[in-house]
Amino acid sequence: MSQNQGVMVVGEHFKNEIQDVVYELLGKGRKLADTLNVNLSIVFLGSDLDKKLEDLGSYGVDEVIYVKSPVFRDYYSDLYVDTLIDTIQERKPEILLIAATPTGRDFAPRISKRLNVGLTADCTQLEIEEGSRTLLQTCPTYGGNLMATMKAIDSYPQMSTVACGIFEPVRIPNKKAEIIIIKKDIKKEDSVSKILKSIEKEKQTVNLSEAEVVVAGGRGLGSKENFKMIEELAEVLNGEIAGSRVPVELGWMEKERQIGQTGAIVSPKLYIACGISGAIQHLVGMENSDVIVAINKDPNASIFEVAHYGIVGDVNKIIPELIKELKKRNE
Amino acid sequence: MKIFVCVKQVPAVEKIKIDPKTNCLIRKGIPSMINPMDKNAIELAVQLKETHNAETIGLTMGPPQAEEVLRQALAMGIDEAYLLTDSKFAGADTLATSYTLSLAIKKILKQKKVEEDYLIICGNQAIDGETGQTGPELAEELGIPQITYVENFQLQGKKAIIERSFISEEVVVIETKLPLLLSVVRDLNDPKYPTMAGIVNAYHKEITHWNATDLSADKKKIGLPGSRIIVWNLFSPERKGELTLLEGTPEKISKELCDYLQKDKVL
Repeated sequence: MSQNQGVMVVGEHFKNEIQDVVYELLGKGRKLADTLNVNLSIVFLGSDLDKKLEDLGSYGVDEVIYVKSPVFRDYYSDLYVDTLIDTIQERKPEILLIAATPTGRDFAPRISKRLNVGLTADCTQLEIEEGSRTLLQTCPTYGGNLMATMKAIDSYPQMSTVACGIFEPVRIPNKKAEIIIIKKDIKKEDSVSKILKSIEKEKQTVNLSEAEVVVAGGRGLGSKENFKMIEELAEVLNGEIAGSRVPVELGWMEKERQIGQTGAIVSPKLYIACGISGAIQHLVGMENSDVIVAINKDPNASIFEVAHYGIVGDVNKIIPELIKELKKRNE
Repeated sequence: MKIFVCVKQVPAVEKIKIDPKTNCLIRKGIPSMINPMDKNAIELAVQLKETHNAETIGLTMGPPQAEEVLRQALAMGIDEAYLLTDSKFAGADTLATSYTLSLAIKKILKQKKVEEDYLIICGNQAIDGETGQTGPELAEELGIPQITYVENFQLQGKKAIIERSFISEEVVVIETKLPLLLSVVRDLNDPKYPTMAGIVNAYHKEITHWNATDLSADKKKIGLPGSRIIVWNLFSPERKGELTLLEGTPEKISKELCDYLQKDKVL
């Protein structure tokens, strides 16, 4: 039995803007804390968060620990780890939840190593094991082909990075959280690294993630000529065109329209996969779409494992008919 | 300068399945390969070897057949390779793995009489476990800084200039110095295929094998005893909705599909 108690969330912000995932983690954190009958706290390392912390109570948190220093406007890996470790050792939570963002996944393993406690990555399910206080931590593994449930053995806090966009925030109107401000005198010169500048990435001209309909093409279309058919299909459906890796490599389509592990991740209302076999790298980018239609000549193609409507046949014969039918219904 | 590249042999993940009867992972006949992002790590090491006259060292922990990924690293231009292999290493989580890797790196640094002039490059994450934890934990074990999600890396004298993505809209440019560990992503570079001469050369090189004794490893810190995370259960993800197959002529299929999509309110 450990002397650690309470559920703690690490509050991620970007230049003092609280990230949406924080509210998701608090939603899950609240439920875990209720099951264990303990407090839910959140720790922020920031420089100008004071006002933004005031309504956090209504998201279920009991206690806000705000470690304040001008240096914490930006993310310095080493300063962040040192400060968080101080807080963890002082408060001794039994569960520590961190957002599985590039920031969270940078500092969490260092904390895990320094404290010699277990850490799981990118969890999508978190439950308390019946009859104990053990956190069952489940995450997709082997490219999403399997789910693994893990637990930490005799190591506290039980630490997880938690996938973004999975858990729902809770709202508890009128609940107030206690805010504890700890001022620290940490300078950026204390870090081994120097931030030279931040570059805003060019705004993408296509925004696949907001499209309600995505029509995607793959190797099965056979040629650049045929690939144009899906443009027509997308137009009738008022959607965006996209594709797997092959059309990009063959120069049929621009790279920014690639769906999958190295491209965009989408979850539109309707996803039509034309001549896409469904490599796992592609599936991770689209499997959460509401309705998936797959057209492929190979009945064993993996795309059918995630599809809701499957058509085994020649994509180049089916798409023109589908366009005709849709046009008829649009009239 | 010495450059260490840590690589991992991974299964072809899309073929991984669970035996529904025994609930065990089916390993038989699953091909294995080098983790894709590790190729980006090797490519960077080989580029730096040419521009900075560095010596490059490939490293992996795994069963004897993991030698294959070291051969591939050698074929791509890595100078020497070490395989950390011992049944005592089995069942390691990222804490135990990073400890084991750190022992080998410390031993090599000592042998080569290097104190600070070194760089460690890892792929940001492996496609099997996908934790991305071994790199940062190795850096912590060695007491050196790390930069993860590296998209660009330049070495100017002792200064390292790194571009790293934090959130999708922004890249941060960081300056730091060696020793340093980098976890690199695919956008970093395009790994070159090994040349024929490289492949031939790789098969003539000797790969050093080290076991737990060679590394003077603390038994409580390696393999299963050194791990804090255990896998409790493995299961197949639930399918979201059933598959309806549409058959017939293209005309019939198109009509049926549109009917279904209208019923589902997505048209």
